[in-house]
Amino acid sequence: MTEFWNDGDPIADTAAPDGPIETRWERRKFSAKLVNPANRRKLTVIVVGTGLAGGSAAATLAEAGYHVKSYCYQDSPRRAHSIAAQGGINAAKNYRNDGDSVYRLFYDTVKGGDFRARESNVYRLASVSVNIIDQCVAQGVPFAREYGGLLDNRSFGGTQVSRTFYARGQTGQQLLLGAYQALERQIGLGNVEMNARHEMLELIIVEGKARGIVVRDMVTGEITTEMADAVVLASGGYGNVFFLSTNAKGCNVTASWRAHRKGALFANPCYTQIHPTCIPESGTHQSKLTLMSESLRNDGRVWVPKARGDKRAPGEIPEVDRDYYLERIYPAFGNLVPRDIASRAAKNVCDEGRGVGPGGLGVYLDFADAIGRLGQKAVEEKYGNLFEMYARITGENPYETPMRIYPAVHYTMGGLWVDYDLQSTIPGLFVVGEANFSDHGANRLGASALMQGLGDGYFVLPTTLGNYLAAGPFAAVPQDHEAVVEARTAVEDRINRFLEIDGDRTVDSFHRELGHIMWEYCGMERTEEGLTKAIGLIRSLKDEFWQRVKVPGTGEQLNQNLEKAGRVADFFELGELMCIDALHRRESCGGHFRAESQSEDGEALRHDDEFAYAAAWEYFGADRKPTLHKEQLEFEYVHPSTRSYK
Amino acid sequence: MDIQVRVWRQTDSADKGRMVTYDVKDISPDASFLEMLDVLNEKLILDGDDPVAFDHDCREGICGMCSMVIDGVAHGPERATTTCQLHMRHFADGDVIDVEPWRAAAFPVIKDLVVDRTAFDRIIQAGGYITAPTGAAPEAHSVPVPKKDADLAFEAATCIGCGACVAACPNGSAMLFTAAKVAHLGLVPQGQPERDTRVLDMLQAQDDAGFGGCTNAGECTTVCPKGIPLTLIGRLNADYRKALRNSNS
Repeated sequence: MTEFWNDGDPIADTAAPDGPIETRWERRKFSAKLVNPANRRKLTVIVVGTGLAGGSAAATLAEAGYHVKSYCYQDSPRRAHSIAAQGGINAAKNYRNDGDSVYRLFYDTVKGGDFRARESNVYRLASVSVNIIDQCVAQGVPFAREYGGLLDNRSFGGTQVSRTFYARGQTGQQLLLGAYQALERQIGLGNVEMNARHEMLELIIVEGKARGIVVRDMVTGEITTEMADAVVLASGGYGNVFFLSTNAKGCNVTASWRAHRKGALFANPCYTQIHPTCIPESGTHQSKLTLMSESLRNDGRVWVPKARGDKRAPGEIPEVDRDYYLERIYPAFGNLVPRDIASRAAKNVCDEGRGVGPGGLGVYLDFADAIGRLGQKAVEEKYGNLFEMYARITGENPYETPMRIYPAVHYTMGGLWVDYDLQSTIPGLFVVGEANFSDHGANRLGASALMQGLGDGYFVLPTTLGNYLAAGPFAAVPQDHEAVVEARTAVEDRINRFLEIDGDRTVDSFHRELGHIMWEYCGMERTEEGLTKAIGLIRSLKDEFWQRVKVPGTGEQLNQNLEKAGRVADFFELGELMCIDALHRRESCGGHFRAESQSEDGEALRHDDEFAYAAAWEYFGADRKPTLHKEQLEFEYVHPSTRSYK
Repeated sequence: MDIQVRVWRQTDSADKGRMVTYDVKDISPDASFLEMLDVLNEKLILDGDDPVAFDHDCREGICGMCSMVIDGVAHGPERATTTCQLHMRHFADGDVIDVEPWRAAAFPVIKDLVVDRTAFDRIIQAGGYITAPTGAAPEAHSVPVPKKDADLAFEAATCIGCGACVAACPNGSAMLFTAAKVAHLGLVPQGQPERDTRVLDMLQAQDDAGFGGCTNAGECTTVCPKGIPLTLIGRLNADYRKALRNSNS
């Protein structure tokens, strides 16, 4: 027991099969109970979110014959934020005959996750990766192809094999449209009831099982309770707790957080991925950050001036006054070090006062050498669309003046704890995609998010959910059931409370301030002192929020500030838990760097003896300490080693 | 910079609506157009006014959610740019900027600048897919696709479904949107079995949703943030004629 949390009993993934890792998923599929096709249409499944995981799950479950109710906050399921993923999707097809295999993808992912993910889950992910590509091609996804008509692959994120499939810089868009079209087909056939512009605001639990959700129609403000035999959350990550991130503006943690408050454990919330190549902030109006593909680091050189406060234009700074710090510190990998290392190094030079651009929060990514070596035309062919995007946003020409980049929050590896079946600690509540914590450990490799979203939705969930539903249909729950009324009333009361405060600060002003606290103390580098301070700051800001926030309008209309207020209120509670999780993990691993745990030369130091577990947190109330449950991780196949990039 | 915006305000679908003028002062030229509206809304909230409702999400030009007619042009004055990627440096100090919602019979206004675009989803439901149930897919390399076709299919598939084409069209037609999907799926071998029914069903759904007919005005492609070419409509017409012939024979 500590000042901030209580220690609880360990937990275990009881759904995971044992035995040889290569056959675990096959055996789980065989042991999973099946649902008679005639019974499937009597079973209703709610799916919240329509990104790669939710869209693919809803379509596949409907194809299988279940009755599906799908929800998204956007105006169409096609707009979920998976659409913005640029780089690609990994699959162990070994089309290049370069030594790739399911085992190698499994190995790379466990190692890339800094030995904080489950081997069983990761192996399954690697094995279904090949089916994902087949599925997407069958749907007409226009992947990049070679002249012979076969699929093209590239190497991504420093891997030594070419296993990344892509569709120019719009892979996420094309994969999502594939899932969206499959989903729309099922909607047209009447198998999916689609509810766009609807936001889930509460989970309904009846007799210990997840049986429904409370939703708000964002156009009319109407609150309804939606019942089902099982609930699937595919509601994405929580990067927007930082206010500024590469997430879409609407991305939020509310669906997951409401489930957490109702008893679902939340695992590894402190694992966040900070991407090194984003366009820096340009001023206080900044509302989000834009990522540029990290492929830019293949040819761009990262540097800052050697001297603090050097205000000269980049072109006027001679070579001798430049510090190509990644090449200097990491001579073996240079500008291609992994994301977490590149991000932290950028922060360090900016902390030293050597950052460039507005506020000194930026470093140069310089293509002068590449243009000199390859010619402008070749650079344009490779990176033209990224250069154009940069010029559009900054008004600067990157062919003439170096780009300015800075790290930004991009992905969250933590999420609701799930077992091998992707079921949370609440029976009947399943969690897929970025919303769960499962496959990426403490750090996600490039081109693996799309793989996990589609793997969960197309191939894993439809099997494991069937195993749960085989016990159904469950007894119908009337609308006047105590649990339903209670959940609905809680939602209505909360909305009324937001509207009644009528304070003098906007929701965004609070969100921005929370984001600053999170970025400062729970961002790229965390310390015991900083995290403790942050917890205090978050708590007092949260109190202020509940007294001073001003939400205009009413609940019976389209009210975007009311939507935001609910999301920010949940971000406060999540932010506090992230800091507690980061505080308790006195080691550095993956995206979590604790300043107290570093080697003599400043590299991340893991403590496998003490922290080789997933930290799953139990909620006991907004003003009470959470309880920590540890799921010990076993490494039978990939033995923990130290990552070194020098 | 200091500007004025004249914004379409409409409380709900039943309201008649009107343009209202607001001063926006001290805006950075580096702010995006939506960030300028964020700044305006922060002020409106604190002044006790109703903030302007507008659709937006990714703010990086790919989700297709943002939708504003700026000074009479869908997505504003810059070519191949969504509203979220339009920056204030393209305007001058003292400018008066008109901001309106998409206007089309098939896209009714919900509030202010927010419109209902579910008619697009209904067009896709009618046939904008390849039937490929999960689990039934053959090995990806079993059918090679000529690179030329794959590249062209990709170009057509970059449509973000924002609806600017409809907003710009004098007839409120969705033909460019439909044509892009018909071309994408008709260019790959996997899309051939449903090629005829796809074009017939999607065009029927388009008519049913209240979109106007196409008269080749070409305004759609001019405002399209992804530069979907007008030639795809010709392609759609060819597919349509062929499908009609086949269905009559």
